[in-house]
Amino acid sequence: MAAARIMAAAKLMDVPSVRSGMRFAFIAGAFAFGAYLQARGVLSGILQHSSDVTYLARQHLALTAISGALAIGVGLPLGIVLTRQRFRRYANAVTQIVNLGTTIPTLAIIALAMSVFGIGAPPAIFGLFTLTLLPIVLNTIAGLRMVPPHLIEAARGMGMTPGQILRRVELPNAVFVILAGIRTALAINVGTVPLAFLIGGGGLGELIFTGIDLMEPTMLLAGAIPTALLAIFVDFAIGQCQYWLVPRGVNPLR
Amino acid sequence: METINFIVANLPVIGQRTLEHISIVSVSVAIAILTGVPIGILITQSQIAADRVLYVASVIMTIPSIALFGLLIPILSLIGQGIGYLPAVIALILYSQLPIIRNTYTAVMNVDPALREAARGMGMTTIQRLREVELPIALPVIINGVRNAVVLNIAIAAIATYIGAGGLGTFISRGISQTDIRQLLTGALAVSLLAITADYTLLALQRALTSPGLRT
Amino acid sequence: MIRLDRVTKMFGPITAVDAVDMEVPAGAVCVLLGPSGCGKTTTMKMINRLIPPSSGKIFVDGRDTAEIDEVTLRRSIGYVIQQIGLFPNKTVEDNICVVPDLLGWDRRKSRSRAAELLRMVNLDPGIFLKRYPKELSGGQQQRVGVVRALAADPPVLLMDEPFGAIDPINREVIQDEFMKLQAELKKTIVFVSHDIDEAVKMASRIAIFRDGRLIQYDTPDNILAHPTDAFVAEFVGSDRTLKRLRLVKVEDAMMKEPPRVRAEDTLDTALRLMEEHGHYAVVMVGPRGRARGLVRVEIARDKKGTVAEHQEPLPGVINIDDDLRTAVSLMFTHGVTWLACVDHDGFYKGYVSQRSITNALGATYRDD
Repeated sequence: MAAARIMAAAKLMDVPSVRSGMRFAFIAGAFAFGAYLQARGVLSGILQHSSDVTYLARQHLALTAISGALAIGVGLPLGIVLTRQRFRRYANAVTQIVNLGTTIPTLAIIALAMSVFGIGAPPAIFGLFTLTLLPIVLNTIAGLRMVPPHLIEAARGMGMTPGQILRRVELPNAVFVILAGIRTALAINVGTVPLAFLIGGGGLGELIFTGIDLMEPTMLLAGAIPTALLAIFVDFAIGQCQYWLVPRGVNPLR
Repeated sequence: METINFIVANLPVIGQRTLEHISIVSVSVAIAILTGVPIGILITQSQIAADRVLYVASVIMTIPSIALFGLLIPILSLIGQGIGYLPAVIALILYSQLPIIRNTYTAVMNVDPALREAARGMGMTTIQRLREVELPIALPVIINGVRNAVVLNIAIAAIATYIGAGGLGTFISRGISQTDIRQLLTGALAVSLLAITADYTLLALQRALTSPGLRT
Repeated sequence: MIRLDRVTKMFGPITAVDAVDMEVPAGAVCVLLGPSGCGKTTTMKMINRLIPPSSGKIFVDGRDTAEIDEVTLRRSIGYVIQQIGLFPNKTVEDNICVVPDLLGWDRRKSRSRAAELLRMVNLDPGIFLKRYPKELSGGQQQRVGVVRALAADPPVLLMDEPFGAIDPINREVIQDEFMKLQAELKKTIVFVSHDIDEAVKMASRIAIFRDGRLIQYDTPDNILAHPTDAFVAEFVGSDRTLKRLRLVKVEDAMMKEPPRVRAEDTLDTALRLMEEHGHYAVVMVGPRGRARGLVRVEIARDKKGTVAEHQEPLPGVINIDDDLRTAVSLMFTHGVTWLACVDHDGFYKGYVSQRSITNALGATYRDD
């Protein structure tokens, strides 16, 4: 039946000659599609906006960088604090609130930021900061909670101070999960920056939304494709950090 | 405040847009379940297929929603459906795939193989085993995935107003363009409330469908 | 009841089970024993067609299993696995009634049978029927697993190392319970184990496997006394004769109608009895026959008087229901070569001596 055929197809992919054949077909297909687009003037249309793209992309990344740095700078310490002995009882309540926060639609957050701060870059950064903060806090708490308690006990038995335990035992063991949280958060961040345009924050959103309003697909694509590529790139870059920077002993991928 | 007056005065419109919003999300999630759950079950048969499918689905997730709308518009324009309902629904279906497929896959993989062997040895047919053992155990995790997809989709559907799909995002977009804080707040609050309500309702459903023997 | 006729299983080029011929009579407990990878589990799984045989036939109650639909076959055979496999989403009651429900039994009938079976394994139905597996201890889960296999009253039970996952203390208890259950229910059981002690304790027949072949198939005592080859001898262990002691009850090896004296008898009477039988001690019993003490031959020779004045306490007594291994152990504990055997009420029934035990063990060699 169908499932068996799909499975047979998937297994076929393991044969090296089939794989290189498919790769060739894919590249050939991409070329053909590109040629088709060129014939329709699409590619040149997109390239027309290249100077805009570079400028806006820089703005875009700046927004991500600032809001992301703020989110990490606040989120990490907050997550660490909430897993400390003294504040443990607040952890659950705060986690509930943060979970609630992640449910709130991104556009609503941007809109609420605007209602408080007006228009321009500051509300955009604030809105982005808020929605990047939440996954980072959640993953920091989760990562620290996942550190096996017997490791902490061993460290205490060896005579480490709480600060040393945090630095040498807890954080290294939690860093993989924490980085995963930062990765998710930043990927979402990059994807949400286009909305910043709506409240005057700039970024590649300008090309996308204007392209929609003017019914100009080339402008739209000139904004959409770089945004998508940026998001994939940020996700990939941090994924590589996860793979290479996290020591082999605590790295499930290595 | 004025916003409250605004809300009261415009309840019918708010209601209508809410229904539009719910309609877009429900249709997309329903179709996503019909495609995602079977795919999730199928890929449990092959590790390689699982890796590939999950990778593709997660790549889709990294594409920003407005960008995906942007990419769908020219394509769908070719069949005259460039803006409005269809690109929104298609994008939402695509975004729902990862949570649903991944959760279905994880849920089925996590069923203890000893249970499958016991079921088979006792004389259950495959369907009986799925019905009596595997699905009841996998269901809570699958519904969790559906829940994530629904909340995600409510957020993205709000953005879909910019490609003409309507819904509660319209209040927000008009509020921004007309610098009308009443509309802005109405939209933001309405869509947030919708998301939170949906989340808790589905959480309650998830709990209700979890056998007491499975609750931790 | 179960007959394997030249059953073979090949996995590609590997022969996992090689032309096994075996017959398990109704009501027997047959333990398939052997080291890892010897084919015992594969053989058992071919009985309920979880693994289809490559060649050969298997007959259950006279019918060829290849001709029965596999699902129907499995519903008529109870199956217990090592990891137990209770369905966590169902209550104990629903778990037990899985096969009866599949067979369409009347609910009241199946539910009351579930309660009855739980009582037979010492689990209070009032408490346990409505519980979920995660609320049960390992030993309790295992018992429920066995009960589940018995729910539809199948004539045959297949068990794959069912007691392996339980700690040794509970394992003994559950094994004893199981044997009591089997004594009442008299099912035909095929049981896979890698533990020779468990097999010796529970089996009425043991099948020793090696590299897919059935090496020896006999009663536990015969396998212990007459291992076919060096492999079996090594597998059962170099203490196999001691293991045989477990198989014999004191009652079956003791000398009955033993000489006895009463408190008021004279030492002369005692001495005469001892010389008659060639013993160096005689047991003193109470008015109704309960063992109370003993008189040694040296005392009887040197002293004068009644038994009551010169009796000594018994060094140890052994119950007639205990096995010879316990008896020998007790002999070593007290440093004696014989023990008085009493029943539950303390009545003196006989005695075992090292000589009588050696005699009983050697009987099987003298028959050759």
